[in-house]
Amino acid sequence: MNEQTTHAIVAEGLIKRFGDTTALDGVDLAVRRGTVLGLLGPNGAGKTTAVRILATLLKPDAGRASVGGYDVVRDAHQVRRLIGLTGQYASVDETLTGIENLILIGRLLGLSRAEARGRGRELLAEFRLDDAANKPAKAYSGGMRRRLDLAASLVGRPQVLYLDEPTTGLDPRSRNEMWDIVRDLVSDGVTVLLTTQYLEEADLLAEEIVVIDHGRVIATGTPDELKSRVGAQTLAVRPKHAVDAPIVQSIVAQVAGRAPEAQGGLLTVPVTDPAVLPAVVRRLDEAEVPIGELALRGSSLDEVFLALTGHRAEDRTEDQNEPERIPA
Amino acid sequence: MTTAAATVALPRRVNPVEALRHTFTLAWRSLVQLKHNPLELLDLSIQPIMFVVLFTYVFGGAISGSTGDYLMFALPGIIVQNAIFASVTTGVGLNSDLTKGVFDRLRSLPIARSAPLAGRILADTVKQVWSIALILGLGVILGFRIHGGVQGVLGAFVLLLVFSLAVSWIAVLVGLLASEPEKVQIFAFVVVFPLTFTSNAFVPTDTMPGWLQKWVDINPVTILADAVRGLLSGGAAATYVVQSLLWAVAIAAVFAPIAVRAFKRRV
Ligand SMILES: Nc1ncnc2c1ncn2[C@@H]1O[C@H](COP(=O)(O)OP(=O)(O)O)[C@@H](O)[C@H]1O
Ligand SMILES: [Mg+2]
Repeated sequence: MNEQTTHAIVAEGLIKRFGDTTALDGVDLAVRRGTVLGLLGPNGAGKTTAVRILATLLKPDAGRASVGGYDVVRDAHQVRRLIGLTGQYASVDETLTGIENLILIGRLLGLSRAEARGRGRELLAEFRLDDAANKPAKAYSGGMRRRLDLAASLVGRPQVLYLDEPTTGLDPRSRNEMWDIVRDLVSDGVTVLLTTQYLEEADLLAEEIVVIDHGRVIATGTPDELKSRVGAQTLAVRPKHAVDAPIVQSIVAQVAGRAPEAQGGLLTVPVTDPAVLPAVVRRLDEAEVPIGELALRGSSLDEVFLALTGHRAEDRTEDQNEPERIPA
Repeated sequence: MTTAAATVALPRRVNPVEALRHTFTLAWRSLVQLKHNPLELLDLSIQPIMFVVLFTYVFGGAISGSTGDYLMFALPGIIVQNAIFASVTTGVGLNSDLTKGVFDRLRSLPIARSAPLAGRILADTVKQVWSIALILGLGVILGFRIHGGVQGVLGAFVLLLVFSLAVSWIAVLVGLLASEPEKVQIFAFVVVFPLTFTSNAFVPTDTMPGWLQKWVDINPVTILADAVRGLLSGGAAATYVVQSLLWAVAIAAVFAPIAVRAFKRRV
């Protein structure tokens, strides 16, 4: 079997520049049919640009991509028949009601008036928006708007769905709902490409994770592979007295198997095995080092990046606004 | 990698009948918006009504000696001014679709590339007909007399729609280039307002200073206002109608290609 039949999305060497910015610098990715691929990266990494190219909204400067065997540039019309897109920012018509938004899409996709209304009702009920069906979308809360946006991209029962940061800015409850929805879709056989800034989200939903930074793929693998490379969790230790830092550092390094990162008196190290925590506690106790803070928590994207690239994931959009510092 | 193994055979493009249906669906959408956006309905209805009533009763006596005479002179001008203002809304709506992401959603659908624009223009044409009819109807109630017969009225409608369509290409271009809907509105104010007021739409040319008269006489708004006056009142219209159409063709010839190119770049 070649890649085209096993994979719903295949991209090779995608390059996209905006003026001086290279948003994508040769991105390869492949998403197997019926699976979720998590595209993980910090702000400005190129996630949205990649999604827009795969959704036929942007043409790549170089490289190629196909969806369901159709080229996203040459066969854009066919690709559009296969895909659903939920962008980073909700793109519903705010002046229309929820149901009108869905009827609009249904009609554009060739459904009859009655079919479009029926499909709209069905989706609104599925996403718990039936009470708000006849309210204009501008009266919706952020979470409701996201759900309506997602419903709009599902009207045509797409085989391939793009979700660009579907949970960014949502409260934990809405986030959990969104995750359930994605799981349901995948169990119906939909292929999902999901972008996210949260390792936890990619870990929960995706069969495969592609980490990008500065428009380049810096790691690919299953969540387990990635976690074993970078540590799913981070152990953080702060000695009570700064003088104890060296001894704490050596104990943590011995137990965790790699040197911790020191930042403002806090020592952090990615760990794969939760048993590290009690082990560290025991060793610190034996050494009689008083501890100010000790915790095991999920690794942030920042820590994943640190482990993968040796540098912290900087937020490029913020960087650009910062004036250059001139040394005194 | 081979690309031959497409899973499903799908049509390569949209056929013309489908394209027309997409256009109608998107026109429906623009018209349904009115239902939920009373402000826009206000723009389309209350504003013209206010213009007719205020101009007639406030300026009528001063400009023409009587409100009735003034109405006969100014109503066609008010219709023209309103039509030109209304064609700017095409740009405002287009821009809000672009900036709010609705356009991206539409572009990700397997629909005719031209449909979002064509649907909007079609809906705006319907709104134009409504506004023109409203002003004309109100004018008649207040004492405007139509002597041009059915042909005259129909001719005026068609001419106004053709001219607005031409002007709306300018609006489309501005709508595609502006970074937010408010900027399109500002453009309308800065350009359309002076353009319509330095015409004979509301005030006869001979009351103006000589240097201004020179401009007013060649202002397309003047020519269109005279054409509509002629058509509605049954007076001499042919020259003005032809000149108006030439203006419309010229505006469209310049702006339509630029606007279409700008549109294609975003589609
Ligand atoms: N239309 C555009 N014009 C100019 N620069 C852009 C444009 N879109 C994205 N960029 C730049 O490309 C880079 C990648 O952006 P994006 O794909 O939006 O990243 P992400 O979605 O991962 O946050 C950023 O530096 C961004 O500023
Ligand atoms: Mg993004």
